Amino acid sequence: MTRIQPNSLKGSRAVAVYARSATLLTVALLTLPLTLGLLGTILPALGYLPALGGHEFGLDQFEALLVVPGLKASVLLSLVSGFAATAISVAVTALFLAAFAGTRVLSRLQHALSPLLAIPHAAAAFGLAFLIAPSGYLIRLAAPFAGIDRPPDLLILHDPLGISMTAGLVLKEMPFLFLVSLAAFPQVDIPASRQLAASLGYGRIAGFLFLLWPGIYRQIRFAVYAVLAYSSSVVDVALILGPNLPGTLATRLLEWMNDPDLSARFLASAGAIVQLGVTATALLSWYAVERIGGAMLAALRDRGHRFRNDRTLRIAAASAVIITCATVFSGIAILFLWSVAGSWQFPYLLPQELTLRTWQNALPRIVTLLVTTLTAGAISTLIALLLTIGCLERETETGQSGGQNALLLLYLPLMVPQITFLFGLQLLFIGSGTSHRFAALILVHLVFVLPYVFLSLSDAWRQFDRRYDVLAVAIGRSRLSALLAIRLPMLTRAILTAFAVGFAVSVGQYLPTVLIGEGRLQTITTEAVALASGGNRRVIGVYALLQTLLPFIAFAFASLVPALLYRNRRAMQV
Amino acid sequence: MRSITKFLAATLVAGLTAAAQASDLDVSDWTKIEKAAADQTVYFNAWGGSENINAYLEWVGGEMQRRYNVKVTQVKLDDTASAVSKVVAEKAAGKNEGGSVDLIWINGENFASMKRQGLLLTPGWASSLPNWNYVDVENQPTTLTDFTEATDGLESPWGGAKMVFFYDGARTDKAGLPDNAAQLLEWAKRNPGRFSYPAPPDFIGSSFLKQVLSEVIDDRAKLLEPVAEVNFERNVEPLFAYLDELHKVAWRSGKAFPLNYPDMKQKLGDGELDIIFAFNPAEASSAIAAGELPDTVRSFTFSSGTLGNTHFVAIPYNANAREGALLVANFLISPEAQLRKQNPQYWGDPTVLSMTKLPDADRGAFQALDLGVATLTPDKLGPVISEPHASWMERIETEWRRRYASGN
Repeated sequence: MTRIQPNSLKGSRAVAVYARSATLLTVALLTLPLTLGLLGTILPALGYLPALGGHEFGLDQFEALLVVPGLKASVLLSLVSGFAATAISVAVTALFLAAFAGTRVLSRLQHALSPLLAIPHAAAAFGLAFLIAPSGYLIRLAAPFAGIDRPPDLLILHDPLGISMTAGLVLKEMPFLFLVSLAAFPQVDIPASRQLAASLGYGRIAGFLFLLWPGIYRQIRFAVYAVLAYSSSVVDVALILGPNLPGTLATRLLEWMNDPDLSARFLASAGAIVQLGVTATALLSWYAVERIGGAMLAALRDRGHRFRNDRTLRIAAASAVIITCATVFSGIAILFLWSVAGSWQFPYLLPQELTLRTWQNALPRIVTLLVTTLTAGAISTLIALLLTIGCLERETETGQSGGQNALLLLYLPLMVPQITFLFGLQLLFIGSGTSHRFAALILVHLVFVLPYVFLSLSDAWRQFDRRYDVLAVAIGRSRLSALLAIRLPMLTRAILTAFAVGFAVSVGQYLPTVLIGEGRLQTITTEAVALASGGNRRVIGVYALLQTLLPFIAFAFASLVPALLYRNRRAMQV
Repeated sequence: MRSITKFLAATLVAGLTAAAQASDLDVSDWTKIEKAAADQTVYFNAWGGSENINAYLEWVGGEMQRRYNVKVTQVKLDDTASAVSKVVAEKAAGKNEGGSVDLIWINGENFASMKRQGLLLTPGWASSLPNWNYVDVENQPTTLTDFTEATDGLESPWGGAKMVFFYDGARTDKAGLPDNAAQLLEWAKRNPGRFSYPAPPDFIGSSFLKQVLSEVIDDRAKLLEPVAEVNFERNVEPLFAYLDELHKVAWRSGKAFPLNYPDMKQKLGDGELDIIFAFNPAEASSAIAAGELPDTVRSFTFSSGTLGNTHFVAIPYNANAREGALLVANFLISPEAQLRKQNPQYWGDPTVLSMTKLPDADRGAFQALDLGVATLTPDKLGPVISEPHASWMERIETEWRRRYASGN
């Protein structure tokens, strides 16, 4: 049956065309908006923005920036806190995996950590704030024993060194790196390496770090870069937890963009270029740390240190992860309490009265928000899935995965701070005179959704046993039908998970939605941040919970549907 | 790629030609405006951080729909300046018609800036609104002068504001309360860690600085003129001497500041702060009604006067629904809308209308309003100190940042 039938030929050609165009479109999506947006930021930074009377190119804006009070402090703060958050997240992830990879502890915690990904940064930060503030839950718990009847005058939130902000970032970035690392596990042989290290007398942590970590780190390093870029330019977490005298560079950029004195726009654009430099510096320093760390690890390995007694370190790593989970979950629980609280004064542990008033006030208003959030999320993620599947199919066809370069391309939109190119993009969008605002919103969401969907689906796709494809072709089926009837159904679980990840990313987008939606397209997240400026804990509770709930539903859907679909197929169950 | 660069350059250049287009709008022909407004959608850009204000605007939307078939959509902002930014971006892109902002809740710096940049609908239209007859221009000069900047009819008054202070009577002794800025400092020294103000450029925080400056400057008349660079240092020296003293005994020793008024309100409720202040005399009563503050909270003001101003609505030069926006602006100063706004059950914002100009029935309704336990009646609000020229606020904010927020 080697004769190719006309129908199958057509199907194969259709797949080839689809795959090639998807690849081209993906590359365009990952590079064009970024390049154009940056251009739209660079021109005003150099003094060119005719509408505001800037007609000549020059470096005046950067000179003006140099004399802005506290600029050095802001730059340093962004750099140090972003770097520290990344370093702590990587270190805890590495130590924890080293201590527990291949054990039951790990698989249990994996279930606890995955939902953390769905919680938006702002919600996690609010949860932390409600927990550790002087009027927060921890001090309320201690109050009866310490004899406190009023909140102590302690500088915990907005501390000048940015410690609580760094902690808030670690809460979200550590679980992310943890799950990315887990995805890299299939590339390394854990049980064999474990046995080898143990038989030579190495401690668990040392054995893992010497034998397995370098291989895993190679897989996750772009994710680490993305974390570093994000942490050094974050806005919402910095506003909720970070110092404000002065704030981080990114928060000050936003302040200048919002300054009533419109000439501050030039300053903001120049500041955005400095932000780009800050993030680049952070990345370069990290690269140096990678080198030094690698050399140190190699030196320790070559000297034959075995570090057999690593029990304390193992316990410390486990505690760090458990505290992270506990903090985020209790933060969410307190958010919920505030959302149903009437009067709730210090130092009461529970609200003095419970009421549904806040929810009742909010619910009629969230219907349109939900519609926008859901449609933008669903459409952008579906397009991302179509493009990703096309790219991966192209990979299968050519047998080339693009390697590190392709991976770099994917991470590009995540490694350039959003704030540096979105303003330029907004100017372009308005300039194009188009009225297709919703389409533009989906496009800009797609830029950030696509990388996550791709990264989430690609491993499963590449691990798929190609012999199924061969078999299908051998019995005379076209590539199209092999794709539709065999590969996609067997990969349903991975595809739905990728969908949930993409959807969660779309729901969490704040800056792109505000700038491109121009305030007319409002989502749960933009509403949450607008209301957060009012500081009402009850309302923040409601919206932060809603913000968390949506991705949760998507993840639940992704794990329930395959269970139903595969209920008669034992080999497909987990 | 090159053609895209060209396109980008073109959109930027388009801004060059942006100029306010000749207006074919006749504000005096109200029937025509009502006709043109039907079926329009007015995008009302207003701060969205307060649930009760959002609910009030929803009521406005419902009424406008019912009466004039005009749809009102609130674009909830976290900062008024972002609406200004949108208009700027549109002007930059040459979008001189069909803009995305129809009506902005605005005053002070933002208004002065938009007026200066030619971003507002001209010629002045506010005094042509039918309900303008009720506005209390005689006793509330701030309805015509916004932070010393003449409104020229480019914005229409919407509500009054007066700085008042709140405390919790269950915790703080009424007898020891301060009656001016100097006494406030003494009070803070006796109660360390229990007073603070939002960090500028927050509106309420900057207002506190202006209040103190108005009290400590040698000649208050200087504040009505634009800042004179030569004497600036000397003129503001007493203000910063005051703040240096205050920060030593302030909440968190002046190393952190509340974010804004709602944050201070939360901190009064939590017991972190003992005296806070707001620009809306009814704030405390509304917060008590919403369960956010205990019902033992009360208000006071300075007998020598506190800052007062008016907030407005303005229409951008390129608004898409100009006629609809005019109708909304007119409805906002109708006795009915103003009555509901002054009712603390809904919002509690003081009216800009003159009681003597109102029809009897409306006047009666205003007088029958229950302002709430924690609200001072209009006759107990004390004298008004006028807002300094907008340039003062900018310079003080910068100076504040240089001194206290440079991380040194």
